Amino acid sequence: MTPTAPRDVAVVGFAHARHTESTFGTTNGVEMLAPVFAECYRQTGLDRTDIDFWCSGSCDYLAGRAFSFISAVDTIGAVPPISESHVEMDAAWAFFEAYLKIATGQADTALVYGFGKASASTDLDSAMALQLDPYTVAPLWPGRHHIAALQARAGIDAGTWSEGAMASVAARATGRDERELLAEPYVADPLRRHDCPPVTDGAGAIILASGDRARELVDTPAYVTGIEHIADSAEFGARDLTDSPSARAAAVRATRSSGDRPDLGGVTVAELHTQYTHQELLLRSALGIGDHVAVTPSGGSLLADPLFSAGLERIGYAANDVMEGRTERALAHATSGHLLQQNLICLLEGRPA
Amino acid sequence: MTSREIVVDIIPPDEPVLSAPLAPSFDYTRSTGPVLGAFFTGLREGRLVGTRDSRGAVHLPPVEFDPHTHEALTEFVEVGSGTGIEGVVVVWTWVPEPADVAPLDSPFAWALVRFDGADTAILLPLAADGPGSVSSGMRVRLLWSAERTGTIHDIACVVPADAAGDTGSGDDQLAQSSGDEAVSMLVTPIGLSVTHTASPAESEFLRAIVQGRMLGRRRSNGPEVYVPPRDYCPSDGVAMGEYVEVSDVGTVTTFGIVNVPFAGQEITPPYVTAYILLDGSDVPIQHLVLGCEASEVRMGMRVRAIWTPEADRPASMKAITHFEPTGDPDADPDSYAHHL
Repeated sequence: MTPTAPRDVAVVGFAHARHTESTFGTTNGVEMLAPVFAECYRQTGLDRTDIDFWCSGSCDYLAGRAFSFISAVDTIGAVPPISESHVEMDAAWAFFEAYLKIATGQADTALVYGFGKASASTDLDSAMALQLDPYTVAPLWPGRHHIAALQARAGIDAGTWSEGAMASVAARATGRDERELLAEPYVADPLRRHDCPPVTDGAGAIILASGDRARELVDTPAYVTGIEHIADSAEFGARDLTDSPSARAAAVRATRSSGDRPDLGGVTVAELHTQYTHQELLLRSALGIGDHVAVTPSGGSLLADPLFSAGLERIGYAANDVMEGRTERALAHATSGHLLQQNLICLLEGRPA
Repeated sequence: MTSREIVVDIIPPDEPVLSAPLAPSFDYTRSTGPVLGAFFTGLREGRLVGTRDSRGAVHLPPVEFDPHTHEALTEFVEVGSGTGIEGVVVVWTWVPEPADVAPLDSPFAWALVRFDGADTAILLPLAADGPGSVSSGMRVRLLWSAERTGTIHDIACVVPADAAGDTGSGDDQLAQSSGDEAVSMLVTPIGLSVTHTASPAESEFLRAIVQGRMLGRRRSNGPEVYVPPRDYCPSDGVAMGEYVEVSDVGTVTTFGIVNVPFAGQEITPPYVTAYILLDGSDVPIQHLVLGCEASEVRMGMRVRAIWTPEADRPASMKAITHFEPTGDPDADPDSYAHHL
């Protein structure tokens, strides 16, 4: 087979359900997804029958039952027969799958969606612990904030960041006073409440299209000019927890940089999927994000952390900034698993590559 | 250009949705393979077994593949055995209120512990007086569990290395372990705790069934009535239309005879589970057909719902105990041929 260059792919629509501490809806997300899909159709002028490929991200452990994501297909309508897929991780990885479908010419349009009803888990720590190593870590049932606290401590011990620097990240996200934040008690020493994400229910969707289709649908498509995802070892006791080699390597490849540091060029917006304050500091450093870059202007996971769609939302917000003309080049980051184990970097531009 | 409304409001239904606790629990049984098997066998015998990678680093817990060459790792290293195994706390956090599933009952620290002779760290509970007595870099000593079965719980915890008079088997002669076959399987009990919520249409259905009414909902793009009602049509994704009350009498479209006993069974086999197309509906529901010999049940048989007494009727399909034959002539096959 003759290799052919991947086709242009662009984001043309994005919406998400208003973030809430607890939705009335079911764990299969249908009630939140249907109005979100309707908005995506409205933005693009597409109908559900115009979508060639569907891909979702969610987690059955949040629903407490197997194959719960199948019920979300009610929102799509399965007749005439649809081409559909699912990832058991943040929907940013569903976005990657849809990107490949279009880039390789198997689809012209795709709708990617993610959903999670974290509030349904009355013991969210146990549900999330099931993502840890099932032999040596998950059977101990460490809490999610406690796992994150080990990483926060590693950076403090190494002098890479401080509790004050962490609080300043929270202060920017929440508008609260840094000194007030530092006076609060620990949730998981050295993490305080403001260092940790809130429990959020949510659902989001993005419509992707091939370059030719995208230009017909919107004035300024957000072209995906680079996308890559890489994982660090699940053996977190062997990792340097103050660094994220996988995020950096993904950024190097997504930006087609030479060497081992990403060249972010004209990126002026970076939407980072950082659930904990220290993770923003970590990623800023790992990716070499300068002070001139607006980091997560949407607010990010410290304000609202809809599990399994928060990463997709980062791509959506970065793409929206491009489509609205606020920047010509934006970077989006998504993570899945604990301790920034898996990282995805997506570069979005207002012009074709 | 169409303006984008990024944030979409989700409008709750007028009537509240029903919800109930859901607590799925099961044992996750996993094979260990040779590397983790050696690790857990070692724990049961009071030994810490790691693996050495191509650069000479000793991984504890062991890893199966080399992080640099990705080759399978085969060289085992005994990092320590018996009492007096020590290591250093790499990083830690404090748990002021241990959950029921936590390995220790009283407040403790989670610590990544690098044992002497190992190059990687393992997550373990650290029993200490308070966060003030824990620090990165502190020396700790391993305490074995009194009873060891070949799981991570064979390590009870670590304690400050200078702590004296510890409970547990740490300073005594190492207690006997159970079993002598190499560990090849691991059983992890999983218990989840979920608040399960019915959808708005399911909630309407469940409220109706308590009143002895069967509720369906008509498609907005067609005449079909779905039972139970749904909020969005699985065939076209469009919001469903009006609610429709349907009959509690219907036709067996297809059925199976349960002959095999299984855990949790409430009826003695043989008995019949059937798809029943209620009059006025277009989607059969699944239920039991009792009140006749299993061998008498047939496609087209007319059956009627037997309701539980109103006083103790639950908001579930158990509001109908079963269906029984009405004794009427069988339905014309054409009347249900499209619903099979």
